[in-house]
Amino acid sequence: MAPVMSISGLRLSYGATEVLSGIDLDVAEGEATFVIGPSGSGKSSLLRCCNRLEEPGAGHIQFEGQDILASGIDLNQIRRRIGMVFQSFNLYPHMTALGNVRLALRHVLKLPRDKADALAKTQLDRVGLSEHMSQYPAQLSGGQQQRVAIARALALEPRIMLFDEPTSALDPELVGEVLGVLSELKRDGMTMIVVSHEMRFAQNAADKVVFMSDGQIVEEGPPAQIFDAPQAQRTRDFVAQAAL
Amino acid sequence: MEALLHQFFNLEVMARAWPIMLKGAGLTVLLCLAVVPLGLIGGLGVALVSTSPLRRIRWPVVVLVDIFRAVPPLALLIFISAGLPFAGIRLSPFMAVVLSFFLNNSAYYGEIIRAGIESIGKGQHDAARSTGLSAWQTQAYVILPQALRNVLPDLVSNTIEVVKLTSLASVVAFAELLYAAEMARSVTYNASPLVMAAAMYLVLLWPAVRLASGLEHKLR
Amino acid sequence: MTRFEAFLDTFFNASVMQRYLPDIIEGFFITCGIAILVVLAGLALGLALAVLRSYRIRLVNILIVVFVDLLRALPPLVLILILYFGLPNLGLTLSGFVVLWLVLTLVLAAFAEEIFWAGILSVDQGQWAAARSTGLGFFQALAYVILPQAIRLTIAPLTNRTIAITKNTALGMVIGVGELLNQATTAQSFAGNATPLMMATVAYLILFVPVVYLGRWIETRFAWRRA
Repeated sequence: MAPVMSISGLRLSYGATEVLSGIDLDVAEGEATFVIGPSGSGKSSLLRCCNRLEEPGAGHIQFEGQDILASGIDLNQIRRRIGMVFQSFNLYPHMTALGNVRLALRHVLKLPRDKADALAKTQLDRVGLSEHMSQYPAQLSGGQQQRVAIARALALEPRIMLFDEPTSALDPELVGEVLGVLSELKRDGMTMIVVSHEMRFAQNAADKVVFMSDGQIVEEGPPAQIFDAPQAQRTRDFVAQAAL
Repeated sequence: MEALLHQFFNLEVMARAWPIMLKGAGLTVLLCLAVVPLGLIGGLGVALVSTSPLRRIRWPVVVLVDIFRAVPPLALLIFISAGLPFAGIRLSPFMAVVLSFFLNNSAYYGEIIRAGIESIGKGQHDAARSTGLSAWQTQAYVILPQALRNVLPDLVSNTIEVVKLTSLASVVAFAELLYAAEMARSVTYNASPLVMAAAMYLVLLWPAVRLASGLEHKLR
Repeated sequence: MTRFEAFLDTFFNASVMQRYLPDIIEGFFITCGIAILVVLAGLALGLALAVLRSYRIRLVNILIVVFVDLLRALPPLVLILILYFGLPNLGLTLSGFVVLWLVLTLVLAAFAEEIFWAGILSVDQGQWAAARSTGLGFFQALAYVILPQAIRLTIAPLTNRTIAITKNTALGMVIGVGELLNQATTAQSFAGNATPLMMATVAYLILFVPVVYLGRWIETRFAWRRA
């Protein structure tokens, strides 16, 4: 079966610095791909290229029959099909939880008010936050805010979800509730790419782990391989260090 | 002391001047109702263009804004009302005032709104665009509501300035409040009409000044 | 004559420029002079009032707040006319130059006081506690610990406000002060040509555009963001 997303030859530079030096990656249906690596390895940049929040200098990303990096495509429509969750949540502070989830349903999917409301409530329920739907982000804990952010991305029923260090900005005791939502999503068969430092979670939840360093994929494979029997020396060093 | 009261607080003179000053006050209010909305709309346009990623439309607007912030409002007004006729463009005092105020205020309001837009973190753009909202939708539903809320004290403050600025219209013989007061003064050789005009400006603007002060302190 | 030539003749007439350049230059320097005097006096007075306010003497505070409110709510032109035309009848005749300087100084002082005061308030209370606990007196704490921190926050709004107020020197035209706009309008009526007005506009640009850029540079160096 064809991969949901197929990245080939991706290159990205910020000025003179090359951040991504030729990335090739396929993401299969229902697969949870975890991207790990040291800071500055380009993990977040790779993820942000997947919905073209960054403009790569070269390469192709095939998704739903199109190269999303081509010119002249309807990027807004494509982004409906790709959900993204950010490290710093980026909830709209001037709207309630419900308002946050509902906005794109109204203006991108153009749903009528009652339908949009119903759908938004369902999504908030799915992440366990229906009692908080009338609260503003400032009134919610970090974990709750991130769950709203996940609901916001899920509401559009995307084909693939991108998670950019979803728990890195959370206090330790709040990490679990967010990882719980991710586990459920995986169980429901959502295709996802997750950039994370949560090694234990990656070991348990990932179908494929990708280790990146200096803008390149050093090694990729099932968690058993990456964590227990890494092939490349750099992978070995990183995994050993992360286990400390 | 006697002289002070007679010269500045002469009730008889004030009573005689009251009718034309009331009329003048009406024209001041009318002028404000015209120039404030125009300035806000112009300012919004200026802010959106000057935060656009397109260099070609951004640069001319940035230059124009700097010009209209550097030239004193009175100079611009005189230029338009006394200078343009030499080029064959003759505007009524009202139109000259409205035009020069529009140019001036759009620049000032524009800078305020622009600062508001730029203070909204990139994450908000990212989140909105990642759900498929277009650039316009992102501005309208996510960025601008937050930006305007953030700079509300500055907007109120600037609006107070605009209302005070209407007094300049008196210089080009537009019969607003100060013009009426000046007429009364020159006829009676008594400054009381001016003091009465000051009192009327206070009545009009003191609540707004208190509001602006309150908003400014609330944000700290 | 083509349209373009007519335009040049109306606004950029070389012989008119030559004839009235001295007057325009004189006006330019008078404008600069008043502006500098207003800035020095206004900022000094504003700072003094803010310092006074920090002593938290109720009556003084009320007087300061009333003063500031009055000067924020009244158009400067009204005050200028009241003083210029009213005072002579009381026996006190001030020149247009002095009246202009006085009114603009008071207006700047009022706005500056508010800005300085906001800056002082936003310095953490802990700083006072720390300074006083090392034995520094009230005024010393204010001068060496609080104000230096407060000033940093005030630079941006202060430069903006100062620029706006010094542009009001143009109001001097109404009471005959020989500043830039006055020279231009006088020259314009004598010459029957709009070139002097264009010269004044250019002069204002030369004066204030660098100042606006300076203000923007200062603002980026001492960035003061709201919540």
